[in-house]
Amino acid sequence: MGAQKKGAAARVSEDAEDLARHPLQAILLADSFTTKFRPITLERPKVLLPLANIPMIDYTLAWLESAGVEEVFVFCCAHSKQVINYLENSEWSSHPNFSVSTIESHDSTGAGDALRLIYERHVIHGDFVLISGDTVSNMSLTQALQEHKERRKKDSNAVMTMVVKKSKHSPITQQSRLGTDELFMAINPDTKELLCYEDKAEYSKGFISLDKTLIADNPSIVLHNDKQDCYIDICSEEVLSIFTDNFDYQHLRRHFVKGLLVDDLMGYKIFTHEIHSSYAARIDNFRSYDTVSKDIIQRWTYPFVPDVLCGNSAIKVERQGTYRASEVTLSRSAQICPFTVIGQGTKIGNDTKISHSVIGEGCSIGSNVTIEGSYVWNNVTIEDGCQLRHAIVCDGVIMKSGAVLEPGVVLSFKVVVGKQFVVPAYSMVSLLQQPTQQDSDEELEYADSSSAITGAVDKVNGDATSDLSETRYGPTSELGTGGVGYIWSIFEGGNDEEWRHSVAPIPTDKLAKIMLEKDKDEELLTQDGNVVSPSGDLKSDSDGNASDNNDNEGSYVSFEKEVEATFLRAVLENHEVDNAILEVNGLRLSYNLASVDCAGAIFYSMMKWAVESSHNARASELHKNAAAIITKWKKLLKYYLHGIDEEIEVILKFEEICLESCREFSPLFPQILHLLYDKEIIQEEAILRWADEKEGADESDKVFVRQSESFLQWLREAEEEEDEEEEEEEEEK
Amino acid sequence: MDFQVVILAGGTSKNLNPLVSKEVPKPLLPVANRPVLYYVLHQLEQSNLKDLIVVVEGEDSALLVGGWISGTFVDRLHVEIAAVPQDIGTAGAIRAISHHLTAKDILVVSGDLVSDVPPGAVAATHRRHDAVVTAMLCSVPVSGPSESGSSGGKDKTKKPGRYNIFGLDPGKQFLLHIATGAEIEKDARLQKRILRAVGQMEIRSDLMDAHMYAFKRSVLQEVLDQKDTFQSLREDVLPYLVRSQLKSEALLNGIPQAEENGIEKVRSQNNQVMVSRILANASTPSFHELCSVGPDGSAPVQRTHKCCAYIASSSSYCVRLNSIQAFMDINRDVTGEADHLLSDTSSDRNNIVGPSPKLGTKTTVGPHCMLGEGSEMGDKCQVKRSVIGRHCRIGSHVKVVNSIVMNHVTIGDGCIIQGSVICSNVQLQERVVLKDCQVGAGFVVTAGSEYKGESLARKEK
Repeated sequence: MGAQKKGAAARVSEDAEDLARHPLQAILLADSFTTKFRPITLERPKVLLPLANIPMIDYTLAWLESAGVEEVFVFCCAHSKQVINYLENSEWSSHPNFSVSTIESHDSTGAGDALRLIYERHVIHGDFVLISGDTVSNMSLTQALQEHKERRKKDSNAVMTMVVKKSKHSPITQQSRLGTDELFMAINPDTKELLCYEDKAEYSKGFISLDKTLIADNPSIVLHNDKQDCYIDICSEEVLSIFTDNFDYQHLRRHFVKGLLVDDLMGYKIFTHEIHSSYAARIDNFRSYDTVSKDIIQRWTYPFVPDVLCGNSAIKVERQGTYRASEVTLSRSAQICPFTVIGQGTKIGNDTKISHSVIGEGCSIGSNVTIEGSYVWNNVTIEDGCQLRHAIVCDGVIMKSGAVLEPGVVLSFKVVVGKQFVVPAYSMVSLLQQPTQQDSDEELEYADSSSAITGAVDKVNGDATSDLSETRYGPTSELGTGGVGYIWSIFEGGNDEEWRHSVAPIPTDKLAKIMLEKDKDEELLTQDGNVVSPSGDLKSDSDGNASDNNDNEGSYVSFEKEVEATFLRAVLENHEVDNAILEVNGLRLSYNLASVDCAGAIFYSMMKWAVESSHNARASELHKNAAAIITKWKKLLKYYLHGIDEEIEVILKFEEICLESCREFSPLFPQILHLLYDKEIIQEEAILRWADEKEGADESDKVFVRQSESFLQWLREAEEEEDEEEEEEEEEK
Repeated sequence: MDFQVVILAGGTSKNLNPLVSKEVPKPLLPVANRPVLYYVLHQLEQSNLKDLIVVVEGEDSALLVGGWISGTFVDRLHVEIAAVPQDIGTAGAIRAISHHLTAKDILVVSGDLVSDVPPGAVAATHRRHDAVVTAMLCSVPVSGPSESGSSGGKDKTKKPGRYNIFGLDPGKQFLLHIATGAEIEKDARLQKRILRAVGQMEIRSDLMDAHMYAFKRSVLQEVLDQKDTFQSLREDVLPYLVRSQLKSEALLNGIPQAEENGIEKVRSQNNQVMVSRILANASTPSFHELCSVGPDGSAPVQRTHKCCAYIASSSSYCVRLNSIQAFMDINRDVTGEADHLLSDTSSDRNNIVGPSPKLGTKTTVGPHCMLGEGSEMGDKCQVKRSVIGRHCRIGSHVKVVNSIVMNHVTIGDGCIIQGSVICSNVQLQERVVLKDCQVGAGFVVTAGSEYKGESLARKEK
């Protein structure tokens, strides 16, 4: 505080002295309060995970030291003992002019709690650098600090300077190469003041809105979609007290930054500092772990690269960016491709090929192993003939011969993969069972369960004998013969995330799918944009839509015909399902119809084809044909079934088909319905809702409900049972 | 250049009552003793844009305007006069004359624009990018013309007003977002799709739309055909084009999308991109092209069109005469700071003080004044920052300050005129005191009367 007051009056030269008098401090959060690195982080804190064989926190600390920070407070919460032990035994504890002290907490649930705790300790005096322990950077702080201080002199409300860096988001997935979601920032180009910060912006909205007062106050605003938040903040002392005043602030960005931007009562301002040539990135998820590791190996983070950080020339850089530590036993026929790191004491067998990967210390890798784009930590045993692609393999893992890891697999500590076992893509495997409670708020969940789970971890590590034998029974089947570990089920909703944040590159078919979905979304967006648009064409466009609706009836018939033709072509010429989706999408766009209509039309086409391809009208053959077609093209149909409504629409369509165009199906109605249910095309909820809706209908309309009565009955019973089970489960908890 | 220019000259605008009348429609309102339309025509002539259609509201006005143009620009410009009904909006006006449009690109200029920005530069920008529309933007003037307040002047706010909100790309070449009218007072809603494509967008609220647009003819006609409820170019057509620029709806080739085969579509788009890239002299494709190209750099999957902006330099003069306040501002500016608009080679060249004024003794005409030819003034008169038209008779002891006096006005002895507009053929009898008044054509103000902030006009018969 004193520094600021004096600084306000003093000239720049004296300011520099101020800097010298007050050592620059930093707060390093050694807990990210997220669950993105599970299951690994159940057993080891994220900051101690190795990045090119060196714990992440070392990169952060080394950078802080080089940037002129003299005093670092490391805040540890989850696995605090491990962090503290590591720091005590590392060289950081005995570094001259650079003191690292730890602050331990057991009940913090977010950065807010951490900063409030630090505030109570009264250890921070003056400006400080706020960083989390998973940040890799080589930027110079001098300029950013100076800018921050000069702004403070003019305006004491300028409490924070955020470091940003240019980074173009992928136009398709809307995520940066670090795997973070797209970020919208509005910055005043002259003052660099941050005016708006939108991460996790609701994807469906399609519009970003800027408050009118912002526009009134700033004649020019630059809205950025091409910047990445480096999570390096230069903060004034007030930041801590703001957190104390706002006891509900938890997340640094979501609460603190947005809170300050929205609150104009206090008038606090946040500014940005853009770095251009230096490196700064935070490891937020598996994808950024992959990206940053590659950046380190390719020396973008120089001087923070393995050979320099290790100092005592334990690691040598060889040609084409391969790093090799001492005592590596390498077979003559083993092939080490560029951009690979191999740790100390690792043995590599004959004809093994390793590319773009990091191999830890003390690993033994057999013969004929292929390792590609993977991260193998310490003391891992990989037997002959294993294949690893874009996977993370933690300490002590044993892969029995012939095991295969598909892209995106994460094997947590000491997992054993059985012989010839293929671990499916994006699996998370751990010795620990997946925590059952899945809170919606991931931060809280982490803190709550981490304390509960640390106990479990200690148990695993402690009484290995009794516990391991126990675990060995359960999961054996999950990882093949001799395998140990649980494959975590990917819970619903997380479905979307698995490929987004995985170490594996996004497969191209996924990209194509997103492209299509994006088109569709945009279609919807432009539509609702027009309706909401307050300008003069508000009425004009809605008028247009109204007239469109009138001729929808007519166009739907021709649309259905076209879809049918498309489908037939796809069947006869044996097209890929994706291509068919593309074509149908094209039709949908040109007819300006919703996906409901597509679902109906496709289903109609499928049924019609089933009838046509049957030679005789015997029900059994028809059923067989229909089943075959539904199985083959279910992906196409599924693509347009976004929810219950669409599914009900399909059932209604089916009724219509049975009554009108293809009466052959009417006796088969319940069977086909059951088939659709079995193939997971239509959920039971849709079927039951359909039945409910028909409840009040005319007798003639209820023909099919009656036909399917037994099936419906079965569904209802199943549902009740499920409900009961759920209740029981809840009671157990 | 294959450009056709459409000048929307307007007619008898209500905003400008009582200045405009059947005899003096808006295009012929004098600015520094020349019809306002002259300034536009002159700029177009300078840019060698000589194929013009002047659209006037109302047949009578059209005749008057046509007569004046043929008298002034005889042989120098190829001008067609088209009369359209009143109140059909700018889009309606274009619709009405659509069959006259033949050139590849159309430059639409508002006839009340007094500006020194060369229209040729706008046209060139348009061509260079092969844009669908190019809008000229200029800085918001400090004592801004207000579209609502006709009395203006009194409630001048210090802060420059906001007329539009524009989103521009970092190179300030493309128009990415536009908000006009009521939207300005609301929170800005920006399309993420465009933002994603371009990466960074600058939101400017200190620019305004100068009502000079270059359109691609085929697109303009198609939009006007399809969206028959569009009234205004500025509020409907331009925002529509800007909004749909990354998802062009079958606008480019005039072929409805439904009839088009997918492959053809791709091919035509391909050509489009190539041509536009060559024209833009660009080695790197613009975001429009990047956005239209598939993920693997294959053939374009989406059609895009470009909306460009030409931003006039902040030193250039660019004001629209659309209110009485603007009328007075422009008159003052053209005789004052923006007098370069007058220095030209036109035949009826005016000096700031006309060629043969008869000034009485001890009469002073201050700087930034203009005195039309054949005007006479009596003794001990004072004229400050005012424009006096042709053949006016001004008595003795008259003070004219910050005012505009049109032609053939008779002002009696001892009148004091401040901040007022006196239209043609007005007679002010002795000792009339006018402050912030507008006196309609042919009105007679009786001796000794005093008016403040009033609008005086003959009753329409």
